[in-house]
Amino acid sequence: MRYEDVVCPFCGCLCDDLEVSVEDGHITEVKNACGISRSKFMNHGANRLEHPMVDGKKASLDSAVKEAVDLLSKAERPLVYGLSSTECGAIGKAVEIAETMGGIIDNTSSVCHGPTILALQQVGESKASLGEIRNRADLVIFWGSNPTEAHLRHITRYSGMPKGMYVPEGRKGRKIIVVDVRETGSGKLADRFIKVRPGSDFELLQALRACVRGRELPAEEVAGVPMAEVKELADQMKEARFGIVFFGLGLTQSEGRHMNIDAAVGLVAELNRHTKFVLTPMRGHYNVAGANTVTTWQTGYPYAVDFSRGYPRYNPGEFTSVDLLSRGEVDATLVVASDPASNFPVDAATNLAKMPVVTLEQKTTPTTMMSKVAIPVATAGVEAEGTAYRMDGVPLRLKKLVEPPKGVHPDEEVLDMILKGLKEAKR
Amino acid sequence: MKDALIKGGFVFDPLNGVDGEKMDISLSNGRVVEKVGRGAEVVDATGMTVMPGGVDLHSHIAGSKINIGRLMRPEDHRKDQVPKGPITRGGVGYSCPSTFVTGYRYAQMGYTSVMEAAMPPLSARHVHEELNDTPIIDKAAFTLFGNNYFTLKYVRDGDHDRLKAFVAWLLRASRGYAVKIVNPGGVENWKWGRNVNGLDGNVDDYGITPRQIITSLARVNEELGLPHTIHLHCNNLGMPGNYKTTIDTMEVAKAVKPADGRKTTIHVVHVQFNALAGSNWGNVKSGAPMIAEYVNANPHVTLDLGQAIFTDTTTMTGDGPWQFNLWNMTGNKWVNSDVEMEAGAGVVPYTFKANNPANSVQWGIGVELALQVKDPWRVYMTTDHPNGGPFTFYPQVMAWLMSRKARTDAMNDMNKAIMKRTDLANNYREYTFSDLAVTTRAGTARALGLKDKGHLGVGADADVAVYRVNPETWRPSQYKELEKAFGRAAYTVKGGQVVVKDGEVVAAPMGATHWVDARVPEGLEKELMKDVEEEFKKYYTVSLRNYPVEDAYLPVQLVHRATGGEA
Repeated sequence: MRYEDVVCPFCGCLCDDLEVSVEDGHITEVKNACGISRSKFMNHGANRLEHPMVDGKKASLDSAVKEAVDLLSKAERPLVYGLSSTECGAIGKAVEIAETMGGIIDNTSSVCHGPTILALQQVGESKASLGEIRNRADLVIFWGSNPTEAHLRHITRYSGMPKGMYVPEGRKGRKIIVVDVRETGSGKLADRFIKVRPGSDFELLQALRACVRGRELPAEEVAGVPMAEVKELADQMKEARFGIVFFGLGLTQSEGRHMNIDAAVGLVAELNRHTKFVLTPMRGHYNVAGANTVTTWQTGYPYAVDFSRGYPRYNPGEFTSVDLLSRGEVDATLVVASDPASNFPVDAATNLAKMPVVTLEQKTTPTTMMSKVAIPVATAGVEAEGTAYRMDGVPLRLKKLVEPPKGVHPDEEVLDMILKGLKEAKR
Repeated sequence: MKDALIKGGFVFDPLNGVDGEKMDISLSNGRVVEKVGRGAEVVDATGMTVMPGGVDLHSHIAGSKINIGRLMRPEDHRKDQVPKGPITRGGVGYSCPSTFVTGYRYAQMGYTSVMEAAMPPLSARHVHEELNDTPIIDKAAFTLFGNNYFTLKYVRDGDHDRLKAFVAWLLRASRGYAVKIVNPGGVENWKWGRNVNGLDGNVDDYGITPRQIITSLARVNEELGLPHTIHLHCNNLGMPGNYKTTIDTMEVAKAVKPADGRKTTIHVVHVQFNALAGSNWGNVKSGAPMIAEYVNANPHVTLDLGQAIFTDTTTMTGDGPWQFNLWNMTGNKWVNSDVEMEAGAGVVPYTFKANNPANSVQWGIGVELALQVKDPWRVYMTTDHPNGGPFTFYPQVMAWLMSRKARTDAMNDMNKAIMKRTDLANNYREYTFSDLAVTTRAGTARALGLKDKGHLGVGADADVAVYRVNPETWRPSQYKELEKAFGRAAYTVKGGQVVVKDGEVVAAPMGATHWVDARVPEGLEKELMKDVEEEFKKYYTVSLRNYPVEDAYLPVQLVHRATGGEA
């Protein structure tokens, strides 16, 4: 059996042209995929969490769910975290669980593009779907992002190589500029690499904005870039027919954080007085955009949402997972499709290890190993259907290609069991 | 579900000629029936007003645009926080309510059907996912066509047949209900940072005009026999002097032959924003009289108000260049969002202020349109939620239409421009309860071609609203009472089930999503798909196979077959 036009559940590019061959219920071949994607498909069966576990011992699904419900319903300040590597149905259930418990729901954007959203809430954003870039952009800027290592097909599929309606020459019809603190793989591929002094992106963005406005700056260099080069870049941006800034964690998680994005948005908005210019965050996990999207339509807010007063409240810094855990405010955590034990700062991870944790995961991870309850789930996009939102907000349908291991259910179904249990326990 | 009997109310069912008569309405199996037996649940409507459930034909409730509004405006949500209830979900309200709250609040006002007015096909799944999380009400979404690459290409090539096949296919692929057109050609030009200059301006890369786009789509719409006419957001929105463009646009659809069974060929949306006379925002005045005069003389047009409300709201349209202008005028935060090959959108928060001369004129234009268009069957009350203001302000608008005193009291608090630059002070018309039923349900249902909605005849959907106001004794001076009654229905019945009682949600079933299945001859469809397939490969970033919305996104669906197209 060969499946065509399969959507890849790895990164925010959500490439939808994969061809996957399945024989005897196993994936035997993957075409058109990048290395990471192929590995995800081919090895989705490796290192699986094989049974539901309670206190490190094998348990039945029923007893694991019961234990999960028990410890979550006893908690006074429970947290639901993760969600960016699962499909939207599961995300919706997770929001309802948090609401039912009067707990907090947060997703991984609080440690990646959260600052992007804060900037959007301050000043807005001028953006476009990736096909607009493919068809029109003649100037493509990667700022603090490195697609050749993080979004492997981005340049070939969307932003650099493909021929588009008004860019019939493909790569030759576009100028690519990379701005970063060091020359990355993407930098080598660019027409121009601009090395910015670490922690100084804000200054460079503001200087560019001033230049676009026609202001003279009494400086010889900004952020390590000679003034002449800053002016030249500003002119190049103004003269583009259609420009785009793709930015990554190099901007959102370095000195200045949301202020960097604020400056980038301001620069791009200013450029729209001269030409067409947009910007788009390079979202990492394949459905982190979906986690923000679903949480927003259900609660009004994209992440860091607290239900302890019955209605949703939003306050990044207060209700974001790392902050809550570091301060020791949480007394139980439900982790879905994420591995905070490996990724969180040490204070947060240490406190996480001290409390009862329920984890829904496909694989054995440091988080499942330290969880009181770990429940294996099907891999969305391989063993289960659902919706995912691309980095530019385009929703696509994930396919089910093979059956999950026996007795293993999709995230949404397991979350629904927990939700029903929690509602029952409340009565 | 138990049968139900709505007993003893004054019934307003204008589609069946019922004007405030005291009668009982029997409901069984989700339908209005002749009578029900003993054992039916009795809803005591004695002394109250009974109408079919409200039908809103233009609102922004689901999809990427409203969700950008929600995302960018935490400060809006803080004004209106909604706790979880025993059977209801929590959320937020005000200008960008969360999906659950949207469903509850419409139902609390006795509305049971709401149309999402702008769906970009590429993100149609997003719209449907949100509609599925919008409880109680029935809903549908209008697919954006006016700046779609294939539309522009087939109009340029004069390929009418393929345009027809394309409209049929894309409605099906996106599960849309109607043909929506937003600033035709202007949004395409905006992709290079420009707009189109009125009805006969140039759509840059195609060498066609908005006039051609509208004519072609209106013809196709009627030939396919779609239940609703084209649903049009005119060029030049928000530009003083634009009432002329609006009238010219209406005139474009005059020569189009309507589908069987109706006289209309065009619905023009939120006309308040398109009925500006004067030459700039400093001297703007009401263009409503000119528009009304045209509409009164031309039965092929329907329109809705887009009434302005004095409050802080969030503007959101598929009209990218207009939202850019509004950002430049206000300096408020601005989101622009262009969608490849199809559409665009912009979102900018905005506050209508009573002491602002232009805003007070805008307020007056909406009300004037409602009063000066003589036939309530062709002018519908909307606020273009949330552009003119949140839909939760509908009861205030109803009061302005039904009570001159309500208007006078409101105008006393406004900038003097309302007296000088509109003719409202000399307008004594007051809507009757029957007029109100027409403009908020019977007329909108008819315009949409929703044959089972907007009336209470036998066989109609069992969607009923009961309001705690006695139409026999109510006087226009008591407009505050009217506002209260229409803001919190005594009962709302959806599909035969009582969902709201005394203004509180008591049940939250899932409503259906309506969409239109239009067909063209198979050979023509094949020819279209050959072209679509080729173009998708060249220009889209999703594959054609991943484009159409799957059945999984329509757990409760109601399909309307278009009446034409096959021949």
